Amino acid sequence: MDIIASLGLGFSVALDPTNILYCFIGVLLGTVVGCLPGIGPTATIAMLLPITFSLSPAGALIMLAGIYYGAQYGGSTTAILINLPGESSSAVTAIDGYQMAKRGRAGPALATAALGSFFAGTVATLLLAFFAPPLARAALNFGAPEYFALIVLGLLVSIALAHGSILKALAMIVLGLLLGMVGQDIYTGQPRFTLGFRELYSGLNFVSVAVGVFGVAEILRNLENEKERDVMVKAVKNLWLSKDDIRRIVAPVLRGTALGSLLGVLPGGGHILSSFASYSAEKRLSKTPEEFGQGAIEGVAGPESANNAAAQTSFIPLLTLGIPAHPVMALMVGAFILQGITPGPNVINDQPALFWGIIASMWVGNVLLVLLNLPLIGLWVKMLSIPYRALFPAIVLFACIGCYSINQNIFDVYAIGVFGVLGYVLIRFGCEPAPLLLGFVLGPLLEEHLRRAMIISRGDPSVFVTRPISATLLALALAAVIIAVLPGIRRKRKEVFVEED
Amino acid sequence: MAVSKFETKDLVSGCIFVAAGAYFALESLTYEIGTAFRMGPGFMPLMLGTALSLLGLAIAANGWNKPDSEEAPVWPWRGLILIIGVIVFFGATIRGLGFVPVVLVSSFVAAMSSRLNSPVFAAMLAVTLTVMCTLIFVVGLGMSVPWFGPWLPL
Repeated sequence: MDIIASLGLGFSVALDPTNILYCFIGVLLGTVVGCLPGIGPTATIAMLLPITFSLSPAGALIMLAGIYYGAQYGGSTTAILINLPGESSSAVTAIDGYQMAKRGRAGPALATAALGSFFAGTVATLLLAFFAPPLARAALNFGAPEYFALIVLGLLVSIALAHGSILKALAMIVLGLLLGMVGQDIYTGQPRFTLGFRELYSGLNFVSVAVGVFGVAEILRNLENEKERDVMVKAVKNLWLSKDDIRRIVAPVLRGTALGSLLGVLPGGGHILSSFASYSAEKRLSKTPEEFGQGAIEGVAGPESANNAAAQTSFIPLLTLGIPAHPVMALMVGAFILQGITPGPNVINDQPALFWGIIASMWVGNVLLVLLNLPLIGLWVKMLSIPYRALFPAIVLFACIGCYSINQNIFDVYAIGVFGVLGYVLIRFGCEPAPLLLGFVLGPLLEEHLRRAMIISRGDPSVFVTRPISATLLALALAAVIIAVLPGIRRKRKEVFVEED
Repeated sequence: MAVSKFETKDLVSGCIFVAAGAYFALESLTYEIGTAFRMGPGFMPLMLGTALSLLGLAIAANGWNKPDSEEAPVWPWRGLILIIGVIVFFGATIRGLGFVPVVLVSSFVAAMSSRLNSPVFAAMLAVTLTVMCTLIFVVGLGMSVPWFGPWLPL
């Protein structure tokens, strides 16, 4: 079988001692930032992007991927122990996980989260291995109109799944698209929106934008209303699950994995949506729905499996189509480009060792995460007592040093400040920053494919609806928007996203 | 600061979008627009800028007759000024003063932007961070920046 040979190749890359080390560093960092509320994987990956420049492509991408799914594990620890989501997708875990911790069952809750995530991660990694190659082959037949339609689909679905006002999310995407157009025009070389700065000819620095709107803006928001957090559970004992617990979590873990794997492929925060979807599914299917919210172990098992599965499968659109499904994946695109590789359907053929190495490393990373999270839980509990006021200066510094070190360009440092303020002001007035970043990354691609498609069709816009694949994709995009504005779904979105950050 | 009949959040964010959209649309008029067949550099930004302004109007209109229900959070002036100040200071002096002094001063000032941090704590944090960053970035990752820059008489 092809796939076995490919996975063999992948494991030979992933099990290389240096790559295991990078994978370990990645999942360790991911767990750390996942645990600490106020700093998430997006800002961390953005800050570390410049550092990865000096690593090998496989090492760099394995490490960054590790940060992302590592954060999904770490986030649950914080959610369970201090009722604060360390990472936005673990907001649901806090509901029942914290109740379990209050009843002295923090150990089983943490074990459930870790084991559920591990199982989900394993399954999702296999799915990735099976489905990525045929998708990449299909993508090779995509022309400019299909890519355009796909990007539109990605952008619009991300609105449907984002929380808060749909209009605002749409406006943030458009603003992101426009910011992505700063710099020289790809066809004519005409500099656009550079305000006369020569430094802007190559466009705004992606890392500065990301660190500004996700790192600095978030710090400013936390400084609005400072308070110390307290850790209720000082020590966690008894991690073992009883026979009864195991019996209760099997089905939720399986359902969560299936749900998460599916939703993760969708653009726009699939891992957040999947944990909410899994929670409400478990509640509906349970024979004892009244236990939910009072410390039901199913309410931890389902969502935690779902968000980890989704974290893995969200690599599918990136690795096969080169289209990022959400901001973290957009940063991964940045990482590929820093390494001189264009992400997309060609990666699998041109760089098979890299492609399969990343996939295999996800499984290795999941093993490392279980080892890190369960035996070392005491360490993470201690770390939660580091106050935020000691952390954020480090974030500011790392952001400046990281951005400066990419090109030794002072302009990139100033850009962090500009986007920090812009991001903060927009967050303050009810606009989420994630769609902006997605638009920013996809803007140049969208423009390039639209213009190319129009040249091919000699100015006839019907090309998008007469080609079957692009017509289907656009129809799906339209459906996503219609569903999002339907009154019933709108109410549901409000309920679902009410707890979030 | 609520304008009586509008929700402040919607009104302000709407206005920001209108202004940003207008800037991009007007600026793109100075570039070649082209036709749908051969789009010039101004085509996409003109369309998107116009769309953004319209979205901004719609957002502001959406806030009509919805008086603010919750108190606006206080502006973190101290944090805003100090943190942005740190970023500007970092950019302006990293070449002249060199890594160690810039990081030392920046981390102290950044730490002071929290009201919960005492100057002593901030100073301790600054020293720790400076040692850490120098080890990680300059020694470990070989970032090419002098420890002490040409502005210092060392």
